[in-house]
Amino acid sequence: MLRNIIHRLLQGLLVLYVLGTLTFFLVHALPYGPFQDEKAVPPHVMERLEKLHGYDKPLYTQYFLRLKNIAQGNLGMSIKVMEGRKVSDILGQAFPVSLTLGIIAICIAMLIGIPAGIFAAIRKNSIVDYAIMTVALLGICLPNFVIGPMLAEFFGAKLGLVPVAGWNPANPFSLLLPALTLGLVSAAYLSRLTRAGMLEILNQDFIRTARAKGQKGWIIVTRHALRGGLIPSIAYLGPAFAATVSGSVVVEAIFQVPGIGRLFIKAIETGDETLIMGPVLLYGTLIVIANFLADLLQIWLNPRLRAANAD
Amino acid sequence: MSTLLDIQDLKIHFHTRDGVVKAVDGVSLKVEQGEIAGIVGESGSGKSVTAYSLLGLIPMPPGKIEGGRALFQGTDLLRLSEREINQFRGRKISMIFQDPMTSLNPYLRVSTQLTEPLAIHERLHGKPALHRAIEALEQVGIENAEKRIHSYPHEFSGGMRQRVMIAMALITKPDLLIADEPTTALDVTVQKQVLDVIRNLQKETGTAVIFITHDLAVVHEMCDSVNVLYAGRLIESAPTAELFHKPLHAYTRGLYKSNPGTHRKGEDLYSIPGLPPDLSRLPAGCSFRARNTLGDASLCLTDRQPELIEIQAGHFVQNCPGCLARHEAAVVS
Repeated sequence: MLRNIIHRLLQGLLVLYVLGTLTFFLVHALPYGPFQDEKAVPPHVMERLEKLHGYDKPLYTQYFLRLKNIAQGNLGMSIKVMEGRKVSDILGQAFPVSLTLGIIAICIAMLIGIPAGIFAAIRKNSIVDYAIMTVALLGICLPNFVIGPMLAEFFGAKLGLVPVAGWNPANPFSLLLPALTLGLVSAAYLSRLTRAGMLEILNQDFIRTARAKGQKGWIIVTRHALRGGLIPSIAYLGPAFAATVSGSVVVEAIFQVPGIGRLFIKAIETGDETLIMGPVLLYGTLIVIANFLADLLQIWLNPRLRAANAD
Repeated sequence: MSTLLDIQDLKIHFHTRDGVVKAVDGVSLKVEQGEIAGIVGESGSGKSVTAYSLLGLIPMPPGKIEGGRALFQGTDLLRLSEREINQFRGRKISMIFQDPMTSLNPYLRVSTQLTEPLAIHERLHGKPALHRAIEALEQVGIENAEKRIHSYPHEFSGGMRQRVMIAMALITKPDLLIADEPTTALDVTVQKQVLDVIRNLQKETGTAVIFITHDLAVVHEMCDSVNVLYAGRLIESAPTAELFHKPLHAYTRGLYKSNPGTHRKGEDLYSIPGLPPDLSRLPAGCSFRARNTLGDASLCLTDRQPELIEIQAGHFVQNCPGCLARHEAAVVS
């Protein structure tokens, strides 16, 4: 088990290294740079800016310099978008917002998706099943820039139950709409995965054994079927969580949430390499960790895998 | 001896896209208290469907009970609601299945699964339940039961798992145990051990057993009476000794002849030609006509189904002249 963990850790570091390297060279290959402006920049100013940020050195020197700094935990300063501020400070402020949004979203997704999937599986091929699966398909097909404004229009503007936009941690209702918008896609996927997983387990011989014992239907579902039936959903949850946290760009824009997403877009627009690298590495780490946790959870749920990993 | 289970004219049909499959089409049989009653037949003869219907385990739809009764201690099992049948399942009637590798839940410890019937039917939990479970494991010959009970099913071999299944089925001391080909999936040496376990516990507890198999040798060894099923119908039924001594129906004779044990070494093994009929397109008359080589196929009924008659006290057979006839060449000396 320990060997496994070390192995995965090294693997994760390699992923991050490749990710960072690719990002660095891609940003430098952009046809525009962070020092360009709408107004023409005088050559001597440009020269000074380039020198200030080390852009006058050869590319490979810059690369190794960045690598060394990042390895020491120094993400550098924003070149353009929030000029002169440390990237770590910017992320420190914006990331908790995005993370909170993502966590609430994934919780909503689980609360809606998993019960819906279980219910659809139990009532397989009934009206209930078809209704749930149709809604789920809609949820997968509709992009969040359609769902978001629709929710805002209905619950915010028409019913006035929640604020239309804005982010106010003191008012939990202001978090609800963006989280719901963000979580619905995952809820839809989760319901389909849970349904498929449960159906597979409910067809197994040992479910028949449980019925032959006289066990009640709902206990068969919760005790005998749920553990195995949730495994596909859990495999999905790890990457889905990372994708939800990092994929909130559009939702943050719709609901005016001061998360990382908006900064990230601006950074890409201007070629602000440090402010691109920061979120990329942060989300990369998040995805690596989430996948790892999902794998651990799967092993824990399945006694056969647990035994195989015990040594 | 009194009758424990009386199945009368049971009909179970499956409504599929390709038509109605008459899996069980008029089966009547009795199980006496404390006996081991065998049900023999090929795959698809309706033996498992008959057994599953007793515990309400037929998936409906597509399955449908078209008629008949199954009186168990006076209650018709076929007419019970899910809630009512749960009072019988695992308490008065238990079941063990063909494949012990898949019949136990791989996600739960053996202890959890073994004590489950006690929790359901006797409201026995915790330590006392665990003690009973360990006792049950010891009874089926699992050594070191106190420790092994906390294992998961994958830590047991096939034969051991079937022993666990037997322990689980008998832990509530049911009146009837349905064993659906319990040794088919096991290798031969283990088969014998598991059969011994079933027979010994049956003797000890007096539980009646419905023993489903396609292996006549096993029937001979285990059962007090035999019911031969073919294409969803009862072909012949008699006490074991009587049936083996005097098989009447051409199909029963064929089964008997195709058993390696009845042959001298080196002699060619007899086999019944052809395949069982398609249960959704059964012929109007005798369903065995096309494969009847030991009787006289030309005499088989073609216009109506042969009826079951009691040819001797306790010996029932389908009254089809072609199947009861003895072909000259087939008469065994």
